Amino acid sequence: MKKNISFIQGNEACVQGALYAGLDLFAGYPITPSTEITELLSIRLPQKGGYFMQMEDEIASMCAIIGASLTGCKVMTATSGPGFSLMQEALGYAVMTEIPCVIVNIQRGGPSTGNPTHVSQGDVNQARWGIHGDHSIITMTASNHQDVFSVTVDAFNLAETYRTPVILLFDEVIGHMREKLIIPEKDDIELIQRLKTTVSEGVDFRPYLPRDDGRIPMADFGGTHRHNVTGLFHDMWGFPSNNPKIVDGLIHHLVDKINNNINIIAKVKEFHIDDARTILISYGASARTARHVVENRRSRGERIGLLELITLWPFPSHIIREKCRNARFIIVVEMNFGQILKEVKTCIDKPEKVFLANRVDGVLITVQDIRTILRIVQ
Amino acid sequence: MPVQDYIRDRFFPHIWCPGCGHGIVLNGMLKAIEELGLSKNEIVMVSGIGCSSRISGYVDFHTLHTIHGRALAFASGVKMSRPELNLIIPMGDGDALAIGGNHFIHAARRNIDLTAIIMNNRIYGMTGGQFSPLSGHGIKASTAPYSTIDHDFDIMELAKSAGATFAARTTTFHIKEITSIIKKAILHEGFSVVEIMSQCPTYFGKQNKLGNSFEMMELFKKNTRKIGSNKKLENKNLIERGIFIQKELPEYTNEYSKMVKIAMGKKNER
Repeated sequence: MKKNISFIQGNEACVQGALYAGLDLFAGYPITPSTEITELLSIRLPQKGGYFMQMEDEIASMCAIIGASLTGCKVMTATSGPGFSLMQEALGYAVMTEIPCVIVNIQRGGPSTGNPTHVSQGDVNQARWGIHGDHSIITMTASNHQDVFSVTVDAFNLAETYRTPVILLFDEVIGHMREKLIIPEKDDIELIQRLKTTVSEGVDFRPYLPRDDGRIPMADFGGTHRHNVTGLFHDMWGFPSNNPKIVDGLIHHLVDKINNNINIIAKVKEFHIDDARTILISYGASARTARHVVENRRSRGERIGLLELITLWPFPSHIIREKCRNARFIIVVEMNFGQILKEVKTCIDKPEKVFLANRVDGVLITVQDIRTILRIVQ
Repeated sequence: MPVQDYIRDRFFPHIWCPGCGHGIVLNGMLKAIEELGLSKNEIVMVSGIGCSSRISGYVDFHTLHTIHGRALAFASGVKMSRPELNLIIPMGDGDALAIGGNHFIHAARRNIDLTAIIMNNRIYGMTGGQFSPLSGHGIKASTAPYSTIDHDFDIMELAKSAGATFAARTTTFHIKEITSIIKKAILHEGFSVVEIMSQCPTYFGKQNKLGNSFEMMELFKKNTRKIGSNKKLENKNLIERGIFIQKELPEYTNEYSKMVKIAMGKKNER
């Protein structure tokens, strides 16, 4: 069988993944370096009878996808740093109201307008803590186009499974770089569809009552179950409440539904980890450089390996702790001031053996940058 | 269907202060829905934040109580994906036109079929009586102890220049007008704006010594006139009531479905 191979940008790979996952509606606003996603979907979504909306800003984009998700659509928006900042309030609304949606952030240099056409991984903590209030959230990333495609599909699956926004945190190099993508055949990757309520009409429908397995079935707007959706703390009918028991129960539910499933959600990729004395931990475009260093040194017999993070949040602490138990040195390779470094240090028994190889000038981290740190610590 | 069947009576009494105009708007709106014979399942009510936005909790429709100023953006997403539903968006003046001003002008410009109802009491009530963009010059408010130096704007003029294809104004004194105008607004295919001047005796009235709610409503009667009546010749300061704009223009979701047909024909081009 002829394989469906293309040579495309990472932004296009993300679009292919979203369409494969069954994207119905996209709302967005142009911003470098994510604009190709918006442009391409303005062509492709109308062709499949889906919905494309260019909104007046990123706030409206985030709000529009939440509204559409409530009618049963699979939805997505795409942006970069400044737009992602604008989306935070509505993102918090989606967390509170448990609306499945996917938000793509193609990271550029920040803060502010920053370095629009250059690479950065500075939004890692914003993805985790950008919205106000306690919460948990799923964030994933990728270092190559095949993974961009598959984590995009995963993002839609996780959004439906846990009724949550899922953030795809790619970076400018991944978004704009061209490389090969093999688009999987239909049904090669399992797609998770929305769980709809089976409660019949006229029976008391409780839109926020979890099933035994923790999933909460939904009822589409426009159907027979009319219910209320609010960003206020709410009871199982979706009506506002400030009863301390209800508030406590809901905030625990929102955090626990993700944190208690970290074993299922969290994914990392391993390269030569089993006997490694030096372990590099990286993700996104930096992981490409880190992998190059590891493969080079392995071929010369050095016991060095790479842990590539696919899931950034919830942070895969249990995997890092287990895999790094026997390592002498751990080098976190990233393009920020050590946002993942801090997480790694908190889950390693001896934080003093964790070091940072980073770059924050808008240039992709080089082999030389990592080599310099290795020379100092080894 | 009696009006009571449209409300979630277990959530009453409502949170509005005695004398507030918002209950009158709710009543007039439900009468309009009843007279149109709409089924509860085909109505989605989207609201933002503020006193007025609590309306969505009291009605037995599909209801979406969102974040401050963004109701029209949420509603646009619902309408786009389910154009056959009726979207009604009750908002306060601050919600719709200060924090939500950008979404207001762009929803109007798109001419997407939403019914925006602006309950204009010229004050932020929920937070305790701060001045709003509709307060106008020389008004006392809890953030304008020396009276406001800001000017207001005219919602009808704004709606017109932003591209709304239906815009009308009335007051809580004119309850029958509320119902007849909302009926026309819901039936209108395109973006419709209904401004309802509403009294806030608790803050606006008290701070500006306008009396109780009856006296404030009396002012709505005294200070307004129907479009076309010759009272305006006698007193230029009278505020006009009635339908300011009603015109046909291609509606956004209709235009989109036409575009989909074209795009589907070009499927193999890229």
